[in-house]
Amino acid sequence: MGRVPADRAEAVFEDFKAAYSLQQAIAESERCLYCYDAPCIQACPTTIDIPTFIRKIATGNVKGSAKTIFDSNILGMSCARVCPVEVLCVGDCVYNREDSPPIQIGKLQRFATDAAFEAGWRFYEAGADTGKKVACIGGGPASLAAAHRLRMYGHSVTIFEKRDVLGGLNTTGVAPYKMRADRSEDEVDWVLGIGGIEVRLGVSVPGDVSWAELESEFDAIFLGFGLGPDKFVGGEEGLSNVHGAVDFIEQFKLGAVDLSDVKRALVLGGGNTAIDAVRELRGLGVSDVRMVYRGSEAAMAGYQHEWKAAKVEGVRGVWHTSPVSYEVDEGRATGVRCVLTDESKKKVPGSEHVIDADLVLVAIGQAKIGELVAGLDGVQVEWGCVVTDASGATGRKGVYCGGDCRNGGKEVVNAAAEGRDSAEAIHAYLMGGQ
Amino acid sequence: MGVDLTSNTAGIISPNPFWLASAPPANSGAQVMRAFDAGWGGAVWKTLGTPIQNVSSRFGAIKWKGNAGVGFNNIELITDRPLDVNFREIAEVKKRYPKHAVIVSLMVETRDEWREIIKRSEDAGADGLELNFGCPHGMCERGMGSAVGQEPAVNERITSWAKEFATVPVLVKLTPNVGDIVPHGLAAQRGGADGVSLINTIKSIIGIDLDTLVPQPTVGPKSTNGGYCGAAVRPIALHMVAALARDPRFNVPISGIGGVTNWRDALEFILLGSSSVQVCTEVMLRGYRIVEDMIEGLETWMEEKGFQSLDQVVGKSVPAYSEWGDLDLNYEIVAKIDANTCIGCNRCMVACHDGAHQCIHPNPNGIQPIVDEDECVGCNLCQIVCPVPDCIQMVKVDNGYTPATWNDHVNDGAALRPKKGAH
Repeated sequence: MGRVPADRAEAVFEDFKAAYSLQQAIAESERCLYCYDAPCIQACPTTIDIPTFIRKIATGNVKGSAKTIFDSNILGMSCARVCPVEVLCVGDCVYNREDSPPIQIGKLQRFATDAAFEAGWRFYEAGADTGKKVACIGGGPASLAAAHRLRMYGHSVTIFEKRDVLGGLNTTGVAPYKMRADRSEDEVDWVLGIGGIEVRLGVSVPGDVSWAELESEFDAIFLGFGLGPDKFVGGEEGLSNVHGAVDFIEQFKLGAVDLSDVKRALVLGGGNTAIDAVRELRGLGVSDVRMVYRGSEAAMAGYQHEWKAAKVEGVRGVWHTSPVSYEVDEGRATGVRCVLTDESKKKVPGSEHVIDADLVLVAIGQAKIGELVAGLDGVQVEWGCVVTDASGATGRKGVYCGGDCRNGGKEVVNAAAEGRDSAEAIHAYLMGGQ
Repeated sequence: MGVDLTSNTAGIISPNPFWLASAPPANSGAQVMRAFDAGWGGAVWKTLGTPIQNVSSRFGAIKWKGNAGVGFNNIELITDRPLDVNFREIAEVKKRYPKHAVIVSLMVETRDEWREIIKRSEDAGADGLELNFGCPHGMCERGMGSAVGQEPAVNERITSWAKEFATVPVLVKLTPNVGDIVPHGLAAQRGGADGVSLINTIKSIIGIDLDTLVPQPTVGPKSTNGGYCGAAVRPIALHMVAALARDPRFNVPISGIGGVTNWRDALEFILLGSSSVQVCTEVMLRGYRIVEDMIEGLETWMEEKGFQSLDQVVGKSVPAYSEWGDLDLNYEIVAKIDANTCIGCNRCMVACHDGAHQCIHPNPNGIQPIVDEDECVGCNLCQIVCPVPDCIQMVKVDNGYTPATWNDHVNDGAALRPKKGAH
């Protein structure tokens, strides 16, 4: 696959959680209690057999450890870096129950999966050709996980991606202190390494290829097209220094940005994208970075452990403050007009004020684009998300769905699980009665 | 401190019971003097005999959870330094440290050689002699070390030579590479030994280099069996010490050796009948400094338990070491899990289910497994695997049966409680 350019602004970021050395990995893995029916497994959306992969590191069987991870989650390398382990596996480690430091499962998973990538271990081969064809719409984690599992069963797979890079938000959106874009591309290559996955880049569905065309060419369709563009407060049009946060993050992850004139930056929102954005702006050298959120510090949707890290890095929070409009001068915003909010996030009358800024990122969510499937009769959409059963089946025969376009925007590991499980369901559908 | 740690092993007096064993840490005068400065009460000098030539490498270790040396092995032989240098240094140590015990370990072949080396040892000021009848590698191939210790008649004869020539106390160091230690202790006693020391190392192969396929310690393309020691051998050593200590025919003092890493380990040897305790491996791994904690720990324990002198402690646990047939079969305990401290790791459950008697089950209403006390046989495997201190207790059950041993049952028809978990 094509590579992202070498000259990317994200290159300045170091890993927030450093990789383990061999000695560190062994010391940490030997601390694992090797619980039976362990809660960490249940906390993982892909139910990786965590105690087993950790024990294998401790015995020096790193290859077997990596296979245990990939058997459950072919995107185990990126998940090791980007998963919010503090609220998933690590958060449920039994050591927490006695106030002992929990096992650093994410760092151990990174150790084993990195070792697999570095050594070039390959664990999976495509199954014998079934003659069945599956289209995966979107080139992000959900489609990659689905495509890989479908190839293991011998179905031929074509991925349709409207951009010219694969990996979805793993490539274009993950905070670079967790994973940089080139590492996501390493993972794409690793997944595609199973062979037989055709990739059509720069092709939009249903714009360039219609649903009818897809259904005539393929025996099943997996929808993994993710979320749409950033949402906005209103009034941003034409302001050169106001950006959607997801869009801005993609810019500096895949190319260069010039922030040399930015003294004061505001990020509007209180979710994880907002926290990523403030930390990234600090890392890119902006000295005064503030996050403006309409609720309290405790009520923000973003993870507390991430916000804590942001504060340590020098970011400030502006609480109970809601943006209303922009102060504009010659096509640039000079500040954001805000009102204060009360405990129930209602605007306090007469509290209007302006917070000066020379860069504003808007991180109040991404559009849900379930309407893309309007041409597929039987596929239901609620609140912009595609509706499926637990297996990933939509209301239309042969059409399955997983990832952000189904769950509304969760973690990479949720997309990996939904893609994998949808592939199982598609396989059962395609081979039904045989 | 109101506690007297003075140790008396067959007339060899030391300010405390902690001696360096005959090994690399007691190889030279400079080392032994540093050890005495650190607090060691005695030292058994690295075995003297005809100086040998050693190989490289010499040591191997079992690594467990990041800690190398829980089991340890060596293929080093007796001293490789000239005898006159050794004796000069022994004399120097005794001159500077008159109150510390210096015991000289010896290994030679002929009667004349024994006479000669004993005289030179005593002339240097040795407080006692230790006859090395235990080394299981290299020297035994030349008819010495464990080759002597494994033959009671040879053991007795050479011991009697030493006793004939010696004026200071003679300890015989026994090899564990025998089926039953008792006949060998009795042989030394018959030869006139003033005491015994045990165990020497256990014949072993510590491991194999999985890249070169050569066993360890690796000497070029080959290796050889070595002597196993370190913490892992302690249970074997404790049993052998206790087997002699409780034998009514055996009545000379014991210097205990084998896997002592701290004061607790040392105390176990003392409780099973050792008047002094010798340490090698832990000193090799961590240095002489460990003795400070050993002295403090033993003193504090004795104070807390109300002992004033070491001889009150020596052998205190021997009466509790019984034959199986004299254990009370009606003594019943069951596991109790403390729901407040349980962290829900389920290790007790899988251990009981796969490795014991299937009486710990998942709790439908919580994270804490449930013990079926009607089925619990009281084996305590769950307590061993539980990572939380004191979370699982083995609690006595009053089953109404009077105590009865197997021997009571067989000889007198004493009633036994119904068996649990045997269906």
